[in-house]
Amino acid sequence: MPVRTVLLGQGTCCISAGAKQISAALREEIARLDLAGTVQVKHTGCRGFSQIDPVVIIEPEGLLYSEVKVDDAPEIARSLLPQGQPIERLFYRDPVTDRAIPHHRDITFYNKQQRTVLKNCGYIDPEEIDDYLAVGGYQALRKVLSEMTPEQVIEAVKRSGLRGLGGGGFPAGRKWEACRRVPGDEKYVVCNADEGDPGAFQDRSVLEGDPHSVVEGMIIAGYAVGATKGYVYVRAEYPLAVKRLGIAIAEARERGFLGENVLGNGFGFDIEIFQGAGAFVCGESTALTLSLEGARGMPKPLPRPRTTEVGLWGRPTLLNNVKTFANIRWIINKGAEWFASQGTEKSKGTAIFSLTGKITNCGLIEVPMGITLREIIFDIGGGVPGGRTFKAVQTGGPSGGVLPEGLLGTPIDFDSLTAAGSMMGSGGMVVVDEDTCMVDLARYFLDFTQKESCGQCSLCRLGSVQMLEILNAITEGNGRIEDIDLLIELGESVKIGSICGLGQSAPNPVLSTIRYFREEYESHILEKKCPARVCKGLISYIIVSDKCKACMICLRKCPVEAIKGGKKEVHVIDQDKCTRCGVCLSVCPERFGAVEIIPGREVKIHG
Amino acid sequence: MKDRLKEILSSYKRGRGKLIPILQQIQERFGYLPEEEMVKVAQLCGVTESKVFGAASFYAQFRFTPIGRNRVMVCRGTACHVRGAPQILNEVKRQLAVEEGETTSDLEYTLETVACIGCCALAPCIIINNKDVHGRLTPKKVTDIFASTKKEGQDAG
Repeated sequence: MPVRTVLLGQGTCCISAGAKQISAALREEIARLDLAGTVQVKHTGCRGFSQIDPVVIIEPEGLLYSEVKVDDAPEIARSLLPQGQPIERLFYRDPVTDRAIPHHRDITFYNKQQRTVLKNCGYIDPEEIDDYLAVGGYQALRKVLSEMTPEQVIEAVKRSGLRGLGGGGFPAGRKWEACRRVPGDEKYVVCNADEGDPGAFQDRSVLEGDPHSVVEGMIIAGYAVGATKGYVYVRAEYPLAVKRLGIAIAEARERGFLGENVLGNGFGFDIEIFQGAGAFVCGESTALTLSLEGARGMPKPLPRPRTTEVGLWGRPTLLNNVKTFANIRWIINKGAEWFASQGTEKSKGTAIFSLTGKITNCGLIEVPMGITLREIIFDIGGGVPGGRTFKAVQTGGPSGGVLPEGLLGTPIDFDSLTAAGSMMGSGGMVVVDEDTCMVDLARYFLDFTQKESCGQCSLCRLGSVQMLEILNAITEGNGRIEDIDLLIELGESVKIGSICGLGQSAPNPVLSTIRYFREEYESHILEKKCPARVCKGLISYIIVSDKCKACMICLRKCPVEAIKGGKKEVHVIDQDKCTRCGVCLSVCPERFGAVEIIPGREVKIHG
Repeated sequence: MKDRLKEILSSYKRGRGKLIPILQQIQERFGYLPEEEMVKVAQLCGVTESKVFGAASFYAQFRFTPIGRNRVMVCRGTACHVRGAPQILNEVKRQLAVEEGETTSDLEYTLETVACIGCCALAPCIIINNKDVHGRLTPKKVTDIFASTKKEGQDAG
């Protein structure tokens, strides 16, 4: 029997950081030291702390080695010998105290979290059903089929207070009940894994790290609403998630959890994977079902029937997000009351966020509803790195908004975030510092949504483009002061005049940045300056003469030959020729740091 | 070509909802969706050509022009954006001398952008041929990546 287990995260993010090569090297070393009998190397999903990937964990001690490199493999293998010692230099160092922390349970990033959906991500091998069974997998399904009626299952989901975690927050139990009540012998369960938000990766991580929890939740849902077929609508850009989900479905079928006679109970249910071809608007339920049917994914016009009544191929369809399904097994196993005891009065359970941007600890986190933004960003996230200052946090992706420092006390739940002008959305949480321009950020999100608009509603199709053009003008230095109010008026109109969530929320990033950072818009327009030094039309690159060593590097690399000077002759940027591409800044040796960006295009004083 | 298409289509039972998976398979085989193949899909699936083209043109995944030997995707996720993705995209464009969505004239590179690849800790990043992720980039690192890949290409050629 293995005495030790080496856990190696193999999520997309871990693999990008080199986890595959480390695994191969480590396995080779372990075999070479003849440790294969006592040490087991296990591939798992991502443990969420992307910042320090690739991570190696040694159990049962619970040691965590961070930012491991291939060259570390021999030393790690040797440490697993009977007389081996932990490797201190690979311990995670707390960025605040600089203290080395040997055990993962002591790392602040983890111990302030409350992991339910992500509990097994990073512990079990997602490609081995026995690993899932060993942590109580499919027990909820057994319990449901042997002890509960469909009505009792729905009652439990209702009592738990679980709300749809795809962003909408609609009470899951009520949706299940509505679908159950519609008569029909052909119903469908659809899992929405079309995570199109830029900056959100939690659905992917759950599918890569614990796919069976989603499969189990879907089977239970099928039993509850009376469906016999399930679909997982997953982004084609997530090849690893698709692969692992495919393995999980095949394994579940083999073991009798899926098929014509689930666990010999007479209930039949099967699941098929559908790879979405890339359209953000397909997050809307009627668009998603049309897409599954092979058509353009355009939301159906109002008044439209509920998907629970007329869904896929005109049949009653239950559509929930990955995380909603992944919660079901816990509600059944631990009880609705247990689930309802967590979180706030109206938002129960946990929330999962992709914490990214200008943050010390970037990664995937699961926290109880009701925790404040400040606790997430400063305690779990470790604040803004590099001595920079926190400016705002953006939640909810292109449909959400930005919240300034004054609102960091806002508790995380569906209603508080909406009231503050943002939203929970699909769980992206991007922290920005003083180097991020809020006008540019609004422009970035609007650029995304206007491209993704399906074009049915005139206000969404044309209004969003109009708003983008105004924002482009402002960031290029051609804005007029009345444009700010025009943006607000247009934004409100787009919201009213659109039939689906995409259009109704597309103006949010613009409206919330105006609401909280109006002075930045005014600087762009009145002073022709981008205070964050981002907008190309409103900044200048300069070479600080007393720092320049006349090394010729920037002069040679400048693609438009805008830099004048020579050997022993301080370099100067010709502002008329400069295209603000930033190459000079990135090539200037760090020890000189002679190239700087300044707000505005008035450079004579500094030049 | 017709035989290859038949091979793809034979794996699908005639019926509803298979148009997008069929188009995905064709694109995987050819690298893009050739017009004549889409016409044949319409005939064989019993739907109008406009329905096939309508669906294909709606989704970001489908391409109607041939693709280069190397696919360079610049991540445009929010984390990448706030950490300097626009400068990265500009530098890649400059290195390859193509715009977003275009292929170099020697068919060596196709430049695309992607909404998010979810490697936000490595922002800003690019992914080459769907497998090689280059993270924490600066414009200079981009220059170095293409200097070495181009050289490798020449050595191999």
